Amino acid sequence: MSQAAATDFAATPAEAFAAIEQNGVALMPLRKAGLARFSESGYPSLRDEDWRFTNIEPLTDLPFRPVIDPIDQAPSMEKLGDVAFGRTEADRLVFIDGHFNADLSQTGDQPSGVTVTHLASGLAGLERKVGSLSGGDDNPFVALNDAFFTDGALIQIGDGQCLAKPVHLLFVTTAGKDGEAVHIRNWINAGANAHGTIIESHLSLGQAATVTNVVTESRIGDGANLEHVKFQDQSAKAFHLASLHSELGRDARYAFHSIALGARLSRNNLRMRLARPGIECVLNGLYMMRGQQLADHHMIVEHAAPHCDSHEYFNGVLDDQSRGVFHGRILVQPGAQKTDAKQTNKNLLLSDDATANTKPQLEIYADDVKCTHGATIGEMDDDAIFYLRTRGLDTLTARRMLMHGFAGEIIERIRLDTVREELNALVWDRLEAEHQLD
Amino acid sequence: MLEIKKLQAGIEDKPILKGIDLSVNAGEVHAIMGPNGSGKSTLASVLAGREGFDVTGGEVLYNGNDLLDLAPEERARDGVFLAFQYPVEIPGVNSAYFLRSAVNAVRTHCGEEELDAMNFLKAVKAKMKELGLNEDFLKRPVNTGFSGGEKKRNEILQMAMLNPRLAILDETDSGLDIDALRIVADGVNRLKRDDNAQLVITHYQRLLEYIVPDFVHVLHDGRIIKTGDKSLALELEEKGYDWLVKEAA
Repeated sequence: MSQAAATDFAATPAEAFAAIEQNGVALMPLRKAGLARFSESGYPSLRDEDWRFTNIEPLTDLPFRPVIDPIDQAPSMEKLGDVAFGRTEADRLVFIDGHFNADLSQTGDQPSGVTVTHLASGLAGLERKVGSLSGGDDNPFVALNDAFFTDGALIQIGDGQCLAKPVHLLFVTTAGKDGEAVHIRNWINAGANAHGTIIESHLSLGQAATVTNVVTESRIGDGANLEHVKFQDQSAKAFHLASLHSELGRDARYAFHSIALGARLSRNNLRMRLARPGIECVLNGLYMMRGQQLADHHMIVEHAAPHCDSHEYFNGVLDDQSRGVFHGRILVQPGAQKTDAKQTNKNLLLSDDATANTKPQLEIYADDVKCTHGATIGEMDDDAIFYLRTRGLDTLTARRMLMHGFAGEIIERIRLDTVREELNALVWDRLEAEHQLD
Repeated sequence: MLEIKKLQAGIEDKPILKGIDLSVNAGEVHAIMGPNGSGKSTLASVLAGREGFDVTGGEVLYNGNDLLDLAPEERARDGVFLAFQYPVEIPGVNSAYFLRSAVNAVRTHCGEEELDAMNFLKAVKAKMKELGLNEDFLKRPVNTGFSGGEKKRNEILQMAMLNPRLAILDETDSGLDIDALRIVADGVNRLKRDDNAQLVITHYQRLLEYIVPDFVHVLHDGRIIKTGDKSLALELEEKGYDWLVKEAA
């Protein structure tokens, strides 16, 4: 069967692409163009400014094995176990190795102007849309995704419509062989004054060195209000590449939260274009790394219209030999007056061998703007520990409280109560179990 | 309650306290005044157990036991409280959670039952009302984004909840306008009892109009150069510190 052809041996991108062509999938022009771009660029390296702190050689050394067909035996719901956000009442779309699984998914009653489904089912009407927001990006992983994506979420919220309940996108890799690469594409379109919450989680079953490459395009209409929580908790051998390409309409509200706990290497490219006045955009992230893990958040927030606010808050807890990378570029175009852009990145190093690379960047071509950025890298605040001790708390309790606060600062910005509470508990358990606090 | 005998302390070989003698009994309010750099805050820090200060001589007895031998949290649990001149901001740590943990650490030490969330809230809300603090205060992270007045009121709220036997107030008046000062002073006065004591450190006489001391000590160059009653504070207000310094020299 074709699955064997695609995944049993390593191939060149062109050879692997033959299987895509054979399957006769949609959007061939986009896919071919993606393959051509990738063939030309190859993988990025440390010589590329955008990748100078994140060495992806361990990934490029892997065999090239894009997963093209669904696996025969999808895991049972029991096997997926107590998946995160099980307590949140939500529509759930489950994707196993990049393929929609209807048996595991559950969608309820959304209003008639709302579509919650998987992308492969609705590609016919989206020829001109998929790729329209990510197209300008020269990230080689976007090119690869263009060529090889299999499926992903399709969420369309009509003008003035609301998601009746949050939508949870659960992406699971079943981790057969090293190098198996899952390419996921999400398309989100929120109309004018649309509202909703989207939860996206990425988990692994098994321990092979698999690759997840997810590209999300989202168009947020005028006055729309969207919250998007991304939770990445893949296995310690996994590679996770993600990019988000968003275009926001007038007076839109958009909050994107990235909670990165898993994967050997994860990279989140966030590309926000604030093209109309009155937008409020919050990018909010927490990464907690240990062992050899690396988490990289790479943002470009483009203020292309006046009176927009963008706030970025990223906190990292780095233990053992792990590494945290933050690159935040705020670009204020001429005419984007009254921009209010703020960016902070705080790193807590729990080990002498942990590393944080932080690169805040302001590029401003308008003269009436408020832009601030700040980055810290350090150990726990001794003054704060002393303060807590003078109130009767012992050193270990004080350190735990500070650590909890450091993570909590990010988590408390999540508006959806059930998700915030669950993440709070989960992050706290993780800190207690895996990090040396004394 | 507190016996400070010939206390000498400094930072990195630099002597700051050069032999302090001070005795505080239950039921008393003592004010320590002095110009900048005289060692007032160092005294507070040493009594609370801040790291980085070396005690090079003398001793401090608290209820007959060696205070300096105890860790800061042990002092706190034994009833020593320091109201900070600059309360520390702790982002992400919820005020209610922090305060309840502190109260219960002290209660557990004293063999009392821990306060559950309900009883804690009841107790803390009553105190907050007295101090004019909004209820949303409990949901905010400790001191984070608080105004100067809110931070100081928070110190007094903690003091009220922890119910110390010896309260040390380090320049609690600094940065307060007159209304906030009155609220803070009222809060402190309400906590005064026969079995506890207050050590009020201040640069200005102003605070002592509201918190009336039984004794006023003037600290200069690491020594107490004069002790008097509340009239001494008024005299200092009028004449400044120079005449005392000359007299002592």
